[in-house]
Amino acid sequence: MQIQEVLSLLKNFNAKEELLQRLVTPEIEALVAKIPKPVGSFGFDAWGYNEDSFKVGIAVFKLLYDHYFRVQVHGLEHIPKNGRVLIVPNHSGQLPMDGVLIGIATATNPKGPRAARAMIERFFPTVPWLGNLLNSWGGVIGDPVNCVKMLEAEEAIIVFPEGVRGSGKLYKDRYKLQRFGNGFMHLAMNQHTPIVPCGVVGCEETMPAIANLAPLAKLLGVPYVPVVPAPFPLPAKVILNFGEPMHFAPVRTEEEVTTRVEQVKTEIQRLINKGLQERTSIY
Amino acid sequence: MAVEKKAAANGAANKKTVLVTGAAGALAKRVIARLHGRYNVVAVDFRRKVETDAGIPSYKVEMEKRGFEDIFLNHKIDAVLHIGRIFAHESSRDRRYNANVLGAKKLFELCKKYGVGQVLIHSTYYVYGASAYNPALLDESHPLKASEVTMDLVDSVELESLANIYLWKHPELHITILRPCNVLGPGVRNSMSLLLSHTFTPVLLGFSPMMQFLHVDDMADALVLAFEQNKPGIYNVAPDDYIPYQRAVEECGCRKFPIPGIPPMVPKLMSSLLNWGAFFPPYLINYFKYPVILDGRLFNETFGWKPKRNLNDIFTYYRKTKLSSS
Repeated sequence: MQIQEVLSLLKNFNAKEELLQRLVTPEIEALVAKIPKPVGSFGFDAWGYNEDSFKVGIAVFKLLYDHYFRVQVHGLEHIPKNGRVLIVPNHSGQLPMDGVLIGIATATNPKGPRAARAMIERFFPTVPWLGNLLNSWGGVIGDPVNCVKMLEAEEAIIVFPEGVRGSGKLYKDRYKLQRFGNGFMHLAMNQHTPIVPCGVVGCEETMPAIANLAPLAKLLGVPYVPVVPAPFPLPAKVILNFGEPMHFAPVRTEEEVTTRVEQVKTEIQRLINKGLQERTSIY
Repeated sequence: MAVEKKAAANGAANKKTVLVTGAAGALAKRVIARLHGRYNVVAVDFRRKVETDAGIPSYKVEMEKRGFEDIFLNHKIDAVLHIGRIFAHESSRDRRYNANVLGAKKLFELCKKYGVGQVLIHSTYYVYGASAYNPALLDESHPLKASEVTMDLVDSVELESLANIYLWKHPELHITILRPCNVLGPGVRNSMSLLLSHTFTPVLLGFSPMMQFLHVDDMADALVLAFEQNKPGIYNVAPDDYIPYQRAVEECGCRKFPIPGIPPMVPKLMSSLLNWGAFFPPYLINYFKYPVILDGRLFNETFGWKPKRNLNDIFTYYRKTKLSSS
């Protein structure tokens, strides 16, 4: 009799659904419901973003956000509740953990959650499963056409103007901003988009690299292969500081564009310094 | 003169005469049905002489052959809706090139010679090429990179560049090029429709690109609209709704037949060995791996068009046919 009961219970047990129910809490459901993000009849957008996957992604990384990196965040009120916006942070830590944490911070923003789109490296779509997974969480390859179309659709985009120069730098260069590309400024000006600068503190210490094995990286066709103390991100405490939105009207010369990029860079450096002062311990 | 007298006798003298190619296909049949009565329709197909309603002359003719000109001699053609093309699985590469590219060249020349005032070309989204680096929502001005992907789509790209040359060189032809996304529905025999009609449908492990689907009835409406409003140019025709390929396969009631997606040689080899040329041909493998998502806004705004059937309506047909056959 008991065996039969257990069996009938097991029959109705669906491991996947059970796990999903535990992960995706009603709070997360409520947050995602508030996000101003149009999707098609099956919950997908043109780039492969999917609401259900996004919820699972938030659920998983929210645990890391709260308990592993113990993220402390300031200035969330500067992220507009809706409408186009470029979130421009410094880049560090070998793996794009900073992008993920900023994504969680914006998605769980009590002042108005957003599904911020991160620009991913161009080789990701060629990797089975991972490419589709990143797309379903909102990742998009960093193509100017994608950026323009997403801003036209009033989306929030995370751009790292330093690119791999920032994420791949060594520990000795921590918190030194690398050269910024000008692309994001052109986007902001041409698409009339405010820039929300963001200073990330702590991600440098998640993967402190002492060297880069450049020949091996070249051989593997990846941007860099760092020598790090552990093959996973260390639990450094992360502090995010969002600054006030910066607006830029179009200018003519590239020199003027570069001057404006420097303004953003200076603001990000200020936010980083603020975060470094707020930090009481590294781990 | 004899033709004109005949037309007048039928009371159809004031109606425009429209030549529709590919008349045996599901899309052309629907277009003909929509035009019939309001226009004098002439139906042609290279495959067979199509059975048509009374008053619609029908011919079996190959465009690149000499007999094609007789149609222009016998009828005063005002507009051509060029829908019919040989799919890659229907013929060899050479013959397809002759029919699709040289045939089209012949068609444009005849249109010039006989003063045809409007030509509509039914192209395909395949011309953009499926690549990992594709952004989504491609505009009409995006480079056509299909020939970079495969030699087997060269004819599609060349047909378009040919149409483009005539488009700017001969504005009096009023050429409109339509690039639809995947067109599905009852009777449609393109590779995607054949694929989704299968019980077991190949999918590439770990790859499920976003896709757009359009019901054949909506596509027929779009064609007729573009013809009647006559606004020459190049237009994507696609809905603003998207679904990953593997999800579409599930929604159509197919069972997935997973095959390795990398290295790229493996799925191509499997397709060749298993003779999947008609529905999962080696040269289209990339389209099941990487997305080609169109921005259809230009067409929607220019012609005030919106598809009437949603994704679920489209997939229901494939689900139902599977249920009724099992």
